[in-house]
Amino acid sequence: MTTDAYNPNFPDSVPGEEGELEAHLKTKRMHINMGPSHPATHGTVRLNIELEGETIIHVDPEVGFLHRGFQKSCENVTWTQCLPYTDRLNYVSALANNFGFLNAVERLIGLEIPERAKYLRVLGAELHRMQDHLTCVGAVGLELGGFSAFLYAIEARELIMDRVTELTGARLTTSFGRVGGINRDLPDGWIEKTVKSLDKIHELVHEVDLLLTANRIFVDRMRGTGVISAEDALDFGFTGPCLRACGVNYDLRKAKPYWVYDKLDFDVPIGKNGDNFDRYLLRMEELAQSEKLIRQALRDIPAGPVILEDWRIALPPKAEVYGSIEGVIGHFKLIMEGIQVPAGEVYDATESPNGELGWYLVSDGTGHPYKVHVRAPGFPILAGVARMVEGRMLADLIPTFDTINMIGGEVEQ
Amino acid sequence: MSKFALDRLSQKFPEAFAERYTDRAGGDWAVVHALAIRQVLAELKDSPDLDFKLFGSMDAVDRLQLPENQPRFEVVYFLFSVSRNEHVRLKVRVSEAEPELPSATSVFQGANWWERFIFDFYGIRFSGHPDLRRLLLYEEFKGHPLRKDYPLRQRQPLIPEKPVKDIFRGPGTSGVA
Repeated sequence: MTTDAYNPNFPDSVPGEEGELEAHLKTKRMHINMGPSHPATHGTVRLNIELEGETIIHVDPEVGFLHRGFQKSCENVTWTQCLPYTDRLNYVSALANNFGFLNAVERLIGLEIPERAKYLRVLGAELHRMQDHLTCVGAVGLELGGFSAFLYAIEARELIMDRVTELTGARLTTSFGRVGGINRDLPDGWIEKTVKSLDKIHELVHEVDLLLTANRIFVDRMRGTGVISAEDALDFGFTGPCLRACGVNYDLRKAKPYWVYDKLDFDVPIGKNGDNFDRYLLRMEELAQSEKLIRQALRDIPAGPVILEDWRIALPPKAEVYGSIEGVIGHFKLIMEGIQVPAGEVYDATESPNGELGWYLVSDGTGHPYKVHVRAPGFPILAGVARMVEGRMLADLIPTFDTINMIGGEVEQ
Repeated sequence: MSKFALDRLSQKFPEAFAERYTDRAGGDWAVVHALAIRQVLAELKDSPDLDFKLFGSMDAVDRLQLPENQPRFEVVYFLFSVSRNEHVRLKVRVSEAEPELPSATSVFQGANWWERFIFDFYGIRFSGHPDLRRLLLYEEFKGHPLRKDYPLRQRQPLIPEKPVKDIFRGPGTSGVA
């Protein structure tokens, strides 16, 4: 699927000289506030907009309404207890955050997790990539007036949520996985159910595709709006679909393969115009690629343990805790003191649905993190949103804000 | 991992680097003098065979409780080169007495918000930053909460909190423990 396949040749404008028949009225610059609580701002962000007529002169996003002291909280709990905080960074794809954080901690300790756990992480991360993209694509449809597309997307998302609930026990805040692997194995019959769900999701995504991709109103509002050049995108630090839509081939799953991405067959779609429509098409194509990845992972997943059997890292099985003194001690020390991560520092990143999710962790050798820096993919993208809309119409801000898929939880930590 | 880039830089600016080391996971680090950081970043970005054009992120570390804690703050930079497929990790150390270093906004636009973030949470100033305001916290906020000497449970609400008996809100709120 390339961008060109989706460019039906619509005539671009009505014949006649540009602006010939317009009434040139005098306008005054106007300041308006969008948000902090606005249906189109996805979370709580306040946009201070300076307008000239309907043209945006300047946008100053004001963030911080969802700030809840992520870093400070993490510095005061054990490494394992940080996990629930990472759920709440990007609450649409909690698993990607959980696993990204765990991956960084494992790099810091120098652990290699069991093969089955790697497959499970790919499964979880890709399921939540689909969920994140479905939410984004559905919301774009909704805010441009296509309510039915949103319902199809949310129906598909609900199927993923059901599978994730069976797997982790929670719909949104999964807190799944532990340092050294995964805390529980797949439930019985989960693989078959997931394959069936994927078939259903495939149909629903196709439905969304039919409703939006060649829809004249949708295409007119998406194509050529919210444009950013590749240089600017790199300069701001865009990653993920927003960077790839500009034609830069950067996906950490290919660039620095982690877990088992190097054993699986998938493509990374690349756009070329860097506009809203490319970002939308890219997400649609990534949905198909994620589905392919999940099917392969379900087929290839090996049998074996899902977590390391090292009681300094992972909790001992309950039978050991109740039946042996070593088990009790292992359990007690892990719960009371936490995993003893040797002093050091690491920067590690994984490809979350919205881009590079980077972690800079510093340990002072105790059971608590000394510093947890998170490079949320949405942070630089929101910082660059002003560049994408200044000089454009106010109405273009809505699809732009949708397709960058800013998530308040991760930007505002 | 990014030895080539750092070797090139230390050849070109031999006096810019205070230290070089490799962390346990194999990442190469360079500690850069504050005054040279803008020059080093510009070289990383503009040199065609280095091509570190993707601005990763920035943050700071308060080393107050670490064994080695002088100077107190470290500002870290992560850049990425798509063509070379590697990250580069840089550090600048700044003292508590004079927490100021040159801003990188003239080199990377992406540094703008991260520097505001660091100013907000650590109180480190960036000279030459076009708009150094708090990013996430409100203007009236006193102190810098990610400094290690800022108490975890300190509260400074804009609207006075009502005393609620059942919730422990930590010391210093409304007298209800």
